[in-house]
Formats: sequence, C-alpha cells, structure tokens
Amino acid sequence: MERATESLPQPPLKAPEIDTSLLRELVAYLRQGRTELRDEWVRRITDAQLLGVMTADEIFSEVTAVYDNYVDALETGSVETLQAYARDLSERIIRRGVETHEVLGIVLLLRDVLARSLFVHYQDDPGFLNRILDAYEPAANRIAVTVGVSFVEERERVIREQQAAIRELSTPVLQVRDRLVILPIIGVLDSQRARQLTEQLLDAIQANRAKVVVIDITGVASIDMTVANHLVQTVKASRLMGASAIITGLSSGIAQTLVDLGVDLSMMRTVGDLQGGLEEAERLLGYRVIQDVAAASGVPPE
Amino acid sequence: MAVPILKQGDYLIASIQAALTDSEVLGLRDDLADQVGKFRSRGIVIDVTALDVIDSFVARSLRTIALTARLRGAETVIVGIQPDVAVAMVQFELNLEPLQTALDLEEGITVLQGATRGVDEDGR
Amino acid sequence: MADEIRIAIAVDPDMVKARAEGRALAARLGFSRTDATLVATAISEIARNMVVHADGGEIVMTPVYDDTRYGLVVVARDSGPGIRDIPAAMQDGYGSSSGLGLGLPGARRLMDEFRIESECGKGTTVTMKKWRVRDELERLREQRSGRG
Repeated sequence: MERATESLPQPPLKAPEIDTSLLRELVAYLRQGRTELRDEWVRRITDAQLLGVMTADEIFSEVTAVYDNYVDALETGSVETLQAYARDLSERIIRRGVETHEVLGIVLLLRDVLARSLFVHYQDDPGFLNRILDAYEPAANRIAVTVGVSFVEERERVIREQQAAIRELSTPVLQVRDRLVILPIIGVLDSQRARQLTEQLLDAIQANRAKVVVIDITGVASIDMTVANHLVQTVKASRLMGASAIITGLSSGIAQTLVDLGVDLSMMRTVGDLQGGLEEAERLLGYRVIQDVAAASGVPPE
Repeated sequence: MAVPILKQGDYLIASIQAALTDSEVLGLRDDLADQVGKFRSRGIVIDVTALDVIDSFVARSLRTIALTARLRGAETVIVGIQPDVAVAMVQFELNLEPLQTALDLEEGITVLQGATRGVDEDGR
Repeated sequence: MADEIRIAIAVDPDMVKARAEGRALAARLGFSRTDATLVATAISEIARNMVVHADGGEIVMTPVYDDTRYGLVVVARDSGPGIRDIPAAMQDGYGSSSGLGLGLPGARRLMDEFRIESECGKGTTVTMKKWRVRDELERLREQRSGRG
C-alpha cells in the first residue's frame, strides 16, 4: 500500500490488473539474474561514459545498491525506500560533480538492460512476454522518475546551501563579539566601493545591534578627499544608529592626507592598530555594561 | 491621536507607524508636550523605524519636541533611524543636536536611564 | 524607457506621494537603496517648499540614459513669489531664525546636479539629477534585447 511521502503524492507501482504471481515471477527473475544483469548495466554505463568522476569500485558498489533497491521497489510497490536511498546517493555524488543527465542516463540504462533481458528470456512465449512487459514498463518508468526527481531536488538543496555560504563569506563586516563589529578594509578604496562598504557596515550595525564598530584601514595604501569624506560620513551615520566608531590602522601617510584635506580628526576616535582598537572597543562596551548594571541595581555609577 | 504614545513608568514612547504628513508631525509635537506635562515624564523615546525619509522639517520638529520636553524636565532619544536614512541625513548635513540617538527601543531606554541619572553617553 | 511621471503638489499628502514615486522610479532604474532614499529626501524638501511658500506646483520625474549611465531627472516647477536672493537661499542657515529654511543646500548635497531658476513674482524651477553608472553586464543585456 502506498504511504504518503514528503513530496508529491505518487501513484502506486502496481496497476490493479496485474496479478501478484506475474510480479513475483518478474522479481524472482531479476533477483536470480542479479549478477549478470548488474554487470551488463555497469558495462553500459562505462560505454556511455557516465559517472566519469567515480572510480570503478565506487560505481560497482553504488550500482549494486541501486539495483537491489530497484527490485525491492518493484516488489513492494513502494518507492519510499528507493527515494530515501536516491536522496542519500544524490548527496554523495553531487559534491563529486555528477550531473543530472548522468543520473537519468544510468537509470534509463538499467530500465533498458532489464527490458532487453526480459525480452530475450521470454521470447518463446510472446503472450507471456507481453504481459510481463506490460507489468514492468510503468513500474520501471515510475522508478526512473522517482530517482530523477530525488536527485534534482537534492541538487537544488545543495546549491542553495552553497549560495548561502558564499553570501555569508562575502559580507566584509565581521561580528567579533556581542555588540561589536569590525570592518577590515583592504586594497584600493574608491568612491563606489566606499559607498557599498558604508551600506554593509550600517546594515551590520542593525543586524548585530552593534554598539561599537571598528573600521580597520591597515590594508589601505592611500585615500583621496572623496573617500576621506565617506569615512567621516560613515562614522557620523554610525553614530545616528547609536554606534561609536573607532578607526584603526591609520598610517602616518593617510593621517597626513586627512589633515591636509582639512578633515576634522578630532571627531573620530583613531587608534594605531587593530589590536589597540579592539581593546578600546571592549573598554567602551565594558564601560556601558557597568553603567547598565549600576542603573539596574539603583546604585549611581562612579 | 495619529501617533500612539505609550507610557512606560517615567518614560513616554512614541512609535511612528508610517510616513507622516506635516500636520501629523505637528500633532505629535503637541501631544507629547501635553503628556510630558500631564505625567511629569522624565524621558521620551521616539521610534522612527517606519520613516523612510527624514528631511529638514522632520528634523526640526524632532528638535522642537526635544527642546520643549527639556523645558518640562524630560530628555528625548530618537531610535530606529534606518541605515539609508542615516546616510541621507549625514549627506544632507541635517543636525539632530542636541537630540540623542540610539539603535532601538531597548537602547533608547538605557540611554534615558543613564541620562536621567546625570551621566552622559560616553562623553558626548 | 518608461515615460515621465507628473505629480501635482498642492497639499501635504502630495509630498508623501512624490517621495514614494521618486523612490520607486529610482529603484526601477537600479539605484541602490541608499541612493533611492537620497532622491526621496531631496524631493521631499523641494515639494515642501512648494506647498509652504508657493501655494503648490508640479513635480515631473523622468528617467534618462546614455551610453555610460542611467539618470533620474526631477523638475519642480511652481508659480509662487520666487526667491529674491538665490545665493543666500543656497547657504546653510538661510531663514533659520524664522525656522523656515528652504532646505535647498541640503537637497543639492544629496543630488549629483542641481540647478535653480527663479523670478520674483513669476515662480521657481528646480532641476535636479542623479546618475548611476551603467555597467558592462547591463549594456550587454540591453544590446542583446535590441535596445540601447
């Protein structure tokens, strides 16, 4: 009896008219000829140059498991076990680089290998052959679809996971500790990049409820007036969102540029290096914590 | 009353729900002035999370609210300024001083608790 | 490219509408969220001037583009009393004693191009533009779809 599965409800493998003896005969035949048929299948896979990323041993062991699950599915009329196996298999081979057309290819090859073998085995009894093929074909097609769909769904899931991981890695703002984020800037800083970084930093302040941001420009060789202004504006915008900004890694060259450009350094907190900046940040956060605790206990702070 | 004002102990919390017309801004200013007097509130938190634009008029109104409130013994904190709104305000050179700002309601209350005890936020 | 958007500015709610339309147009042209807010804020200032000082007017927003960039043009026209001293009006602090500063210098700082023409007794026209660079990918996509 077909049980509901997580994905679309699926029609049972057995058509009502097929008698169970016919199915039993089919399953027995497939089990008996297991070794031969499986080997034939492997040969066809290799000839078609599918599963190139896998070794011969790997192909062998996976193919054996698929064959057994295939025959079980035919016997029980339930694709559940097959689906679970297909998802499991898919997860393994997707990361190896196996593609959808290969998976569909090998399943269709199996269907083909078994059909041809049935044809040869029962060729002396065309009537019986027809009946057994009628029993086999829809079941085989159902299985091919099940395996194909499982693979595709699994592949999509893996891709989504990878994309999410990439998105996380490409955010330049790091949350270092509670209420503290760091924006390390490396390389050439032009106006457009500076605007992007500002947006990302302010979003991170909101997302992480940061009270202190450390902007580290150790990796920046030089900046011009526009970028210097962006930096100042970023500090001011952070303040509007309730966060204090500390600039670290200011080389003497850049400091001089800022002075020459008339940038008011006194409104920015600057610290020599990142380590010092982090210590200053913690001091700021620690100070606030003491203040909160004092306020909560009703004791006036020092 | 267009903008709901909640009383939380010594503080009033005004949450702006959507873009306000100018008359609604003025209405808020008057309502807050009334309530500060009525409840002798020590602080006001104005939540502007829902404002997608803060222009010179809104900024002026917020400053007026803060100055009026201070005359009646209450400090004001603005919270919830959105990232892009913050950038626009800075580029516009909109000054909110002497208003204090904080990230959100929780932080705003913390600032008020500090301020109403006579301690300034990290020296500003 | 889509056509221009015209908004009559007479009362308070029209300003909200103008801001929203400006933001939407900026978004459609692919401006960043921040740039869209800058545009909306500048429009807000100009629209308010119209309502408060000039008994209303009209704002027209038009998308433009050339080989290298996309742009948004905002023309705000009124038939009010006009601005007597434009340079003074473009200084910060103008009218601040009365608390009715025009916000013009701020709006200029938000946009890439800003022009103001005014004639006493006739009216004022403010033209502001914001640009963004068209990148390679966008140009290729448009070529393939037979435009640009």
